[in-house]
Amino acid sequence: MAKDFLKDAKDEYDVIVIGSGLAGMTSANILARQGYSVLLLEHHYQLGGMATWFKRQNGHIFDISLHGFPYGMLKSCRKYWTQEIADSIVPLKGVRFKNPQFSLETSFNREDFTQLLIEKFGIEPETVKRFFDTARQMNFFDDQGKTTRELFEEFFPGRDDVVRLLMEPISYANGSTLEDPAITYGIVFSNFMQKGVYTFRGGTDRLVKLIKAELENNGVDVRIRTQVEKIEVSPDRSVTGVIVNGRRIGCKAIMSNSNIKGTILNLVGEEHFDPEFVEEAKAVRLNNSSTQVYIALKPGDELEYCGDLLFHSEHNGFDIEAMLSKNVSSRTFSFYYPETRPGSGRSLIVSSTNANFSDWADLPEEQYEADKKHLIETTLDCLEQYVPDIRERVDHLEASTPRTFQRYTQHLQGASFGTKFEGLKVSKELPDQIAGLYHAGSVGIIMSGWLGAVNYGVIVSNDVDKYLTPAAARI
Amino acid sequence: MAPEQIRSVILDILARIAPDEDLSELDDSVPFREQMELDSMDFLDIVMELRKLYRVQIPEEDYGELVTMDSTVTYLTPLLKDAESTV
Repeated sequence: MAKDFLKDAKDEYDVIVIGSGLAGMTSANILARQGYSVLLLEHHYQLGGMATWFKRQNGHIFDISLHGFPYGMLKSCRKYWTQEIADSIVPLKGVRFKNPQFSLETSFNREDFTQLLIEKFGIEPETVKRFFDTARQMNFFDDQGKTTRELFEEFFPGRDDVVRLLMEPISYANGSTLEDPAITYGIVFSNFMQKGVYTFRGGTDRLVKLIKAELENNGVDVRIRTQVEKIEVSPDRSVTGVIVNGRRIGCKAIMSNSNIKGTILNLVGEEHFDPEFVEEAKAVRLNNSSTQVYIALKPGDELEYCGDLLFHSEHNGFDIEAMLSKNVSSRTFSFYYPETRPGSGRSLIVSSTNANFSDWADLPEEQYEADKKHLIETTLDCLEQYVPDIRERVDHLEASTPRTFQRYTQHLQGASFGTKFEGLKVSKELPDQIAGLYHAGSVGIIMSGWLGAVNYGVIVSNDVDKYLTPAAARI
Repeated sequence: MAPEQIRSVILDILARIAPDEDLSELDDSVPFREQMELDSMDFLDIVMELRKLYRVQIPEEDYGELVTMDSTVTYLTPLLKDAESTV
């Protein structure tokens, strides 16, 4: 008989969290700490969502999204997780750029960027200061019509080299483009510029292990390999439970950390919403997906320092279509030195490229495998200039595509950065449609990335707590 | 709770949210944000903590009342008049 992954689960919880991305896990933790009974359901065999890793022959461990997040993550982990988790957050040393327009290394903070913009790019100090101050003051309630392109045009007209410096890392971090609202850029960029880029010492596997221990410590019932098939809604539009692995489990509130469109259109079903809301949800644009190439050096072969993150491009100017193209001209290399997992003696490199789902979705199997092979080979060709003799040093190689992301995260079209800006509004209005139904996860660009996901999980948990409090007070 | 008790409850919450800050010199009439590094997430934490401790609901439009210690205590005094101090 198949193993029952819901063995001994209760028939009723205060809150059911669907999906164990960073937003889902943070919500589960906050709500359990507030005193609610919480069930966390994850379809995959490991927790983490996009904050994930995989193991291969010879003990290699590859991280998918570990490098890097803003300093704010340290504070959020201390407040919403544990001091031990916060203590493992350490700064990355250097971010490198190499493209036809410039080649440089930076500590990726305001001080260093200011110096670079003035000395290397010849921008007036006053303009640089005004740009940083403008970006820093941006918030969610500002003008949302202005695009990032317009913001750059205002401060650095005709300077696509400056745009590249300012934009490339942010596109890598959250998939945003020049057409997205300027506030999404300002908020995320300022978060990074505060103190640079950080990572988690010990790797994603250690982070998620510590998180899981803390969840269980706070009484969350954590279940892997549990596929939610349906969110159950009463005729008066309140959530009443879920169907998971064929079993019904009741609850007072649901926090979905599943993709927002999938939550509405697949898990609940459009018949339970106002038609206008369904239209709005359908119109939410997903962010792009990614391809990654995973490269492990032979055990004990220590990679010489060549930056932590390297933005490599052969394309002239910042061009999002070129960045997404299957004819790859831009790659971001994350270099994982042995100190990522102290004592491991392992050096690994992950090359990421933003990609369109449609370019990979319908390829016949043979073509798909051939294209993956091509992606790996061209990545090694490119890497050769930074890591000489890379082909002789490699111990393990493989690639993932938008199809891989779709399979493991169940995100529609393998979206690796959630949705465009309008997804945030739909996510926030979900409980106005169905009482007790909440969503937290990668939406609206500003709630994307590790820090965005954690903080959005907290913000929405506050709403769930508010919703459940009157009922609790009557007991 | 009396206003002085509410003040110490808030101080207690602040100490947990911002463990690195020295709160002994806090000026009750000056905005928190001018005296310590608090962001909007920290204010959310204060709201959640108060709800957890006293089941007091603070609507989003009232978050502005939490700007200084004085305004926070004034705002909370009627809401917490029947609550037992936890400090």
